[in-house]
Amino acid sequence: MSVKVQTTDFDVGAEIVAMRLSSSHIGALVSFVGQVRDLNDGDSISSMFLEHYPGMTEKALSEIIAQAKTRWSIVDATIIHRVGELKPQDQIVLVLVASAHRQDAFSACEFMMDQLKTNAPFWKKEQTQNGFRWVEAKASDEAARQRW
Amino acid sequence: MIKVLYFARLKESLNYSTEDMDLPVGVRTVAQLKDHLAKRGEAWANLFNSQHSIRAAINHALVENDAMIKNGDEVAFFPPVTGG
Repeated sequence: MSVKVQTTDFDVGAEIVAMRLSSSHIGALVSFVGQVRDLNDGDSISSMFLEHYPGMTEKALSEIIAQAKTRWSIVDATIIHRVGELKPQDQIVLVLVASAHRQDAFSACEFMMDQLKTNAPFWKKEQTQNGFRWVEAKASDEAARQRW
Repeated sequence: MIKVLYFARLKESLNYSTEDMDLPVGVRTVAQLKDHLAKRGEAWANLFNSQHSIRAAINHALVENDAMIKNGDEVAFFPPVTGG
């Protein structure tokens, strides 16, 4: 299991290959990539800044993986989340899960993203044509977390 | 002594990212610390009086308003998270 918080970009293909070949009993891999969207709440986004809580961020992501492991049969999982300055179309987050069968991988991946959106200490600040604003947490994200 | 950290919109509004402080007399829970900080001035009151919109963590774990604080703890206050 691997958790990384970094400013640099990641290579999804390389991460998949590394996980696919690293363990036995893997029959399924599911990946989610989040990237910066150029449009939010009707405004054009020119850049985004991801603030985080060093120390707690890594711990929170590790706990999310640990929770997923208690509920689904997971062989391996990786979460990579970028911080700092990002531009539209930049990758933000990768959640990658490997399991013997696909249902565990699909469910665990979605579960981990729903937990990350509500429990991992990151805060997004976006720049629009009107200046900077902090992104507000969404009720729909909390609802998504609660359905698990 | 406790260490208090502020993040995101809180850090900007208060102009404080971190401080060391003595645990005030009578302050034992997160809710009580919020009440104590709200008394510092208008900006503080505006943020900390709305108890539900400020989240807290103690020693890197998310906690509720009734969580206990003890000497040596690292307490962080922040808005609801928006990662991913």
